[in-house]
Amino acid sequence: MSETNAHPNYWAIWAYLLVLTVAEVGVAQLGWNKTVLILVLVVMAVWKAVLVALYFMHLRWEGIRLRLFVIAPLPLTVIIVIAVITEFRW
Amino acid sequence: MTSTALMKPPAQREIGSDVYNEKLGMWIFLGSEVMFFTALIGTYIILRFGSPEAFAAPGEILNIPVTAINTFLLICSSVTMVKAFAAIQEGDQKGLRWYLVATVIIGAAFVGVQAFEYTQLTNHGFVPSGYVAGSQLAVEAADGHLPASVGVYSSSFYTMTGFHGFHVSMGVLCMIFVTVKAFRGKYTATDHRGVEVIGLYWHFVDLVWIILFTIVYLV
Repeated sequence: MSETNAHPNYWAIWAYLLVLTVAEVGVAQLGWNKTVLILVLVVMAVWKAVLVALYFMHLRWEGIRLRLFVIAPLPLTVIIVIAVITEFRW
Repeated sequence: MTSTALMKPPAQREIGSDVYNEKLGMWIFLGSEVMFFTALIGTYIILRFGSPEAFAAPGEILNIPVTAINTFLLICSSVTMVKAFAAIQEGDQKGLRWYLVATVIIGAAFVGVQAFEYTQLTNHGFVPSGYVAGSQLAVEAADGHLPASVGVYSSSFYTMTGFHGFHVSMGVLCMIFVTVKAFRGKYTATDHRGVEVIGLYWHFVDLVWIILFTIVYLV
């Protein structure tokens, strides 16, 4: 981890999040193919969520144990949704 | 001050743990909240896959501009919250207090806008059980412009956004408590656990809204 002497630029992260939000609303109006649209919007939402977690929740500067603690259960959330969708459709 | 020092725990921590106990407790709580909201969002996705005809297209019933403003408010409140945390880390009591006040006001504004949205929706005839008979939306549905029945859609919408709004409301109440303590000078540059812990909760609520906004309003 690089050592810096200052807090992250929180206003820059704020601006980044706002730009992504405006872009999301704009993309949603474009009338793209539904699958492509869902994929792009979900990627943008996850991107924003990661920014919040890394910079506002300071996960970027936390120790490896806490980061693993936070990251480890996340695949389970995807697995549970996919498993139930599969069950539902079959 | 290095970034390692910047994020140094402001209190004693247990042997073998990277973080102090209150912070670890909040992260464990947030882990349970991830599973809670995954259940809600997962249910919504499954219902939508299973009955696409029962869901209106984005913007047909829900007010996207109003909720986009609400998203803007919550992102603003996250930055004021993290600025409050940064202020007290540098011993800036004034900065801490006013950024916390700003966070409370913006958080309350989010709840207010959500109440306005709910009022608008119910006035148009979109309630948790579906359409209100004879309402504007029921007439449009009868004309074939909207899904004939939206009970599944409306109930899942109100459940998800309602639980999120409840979390924001609880966050505002806890934030008021922390703000009062801040005005009494209870936090210092070396011990500001309450500010960091409520901050984690607040950012998590923002994070959940970011996902909900996309899944419920835009997709």
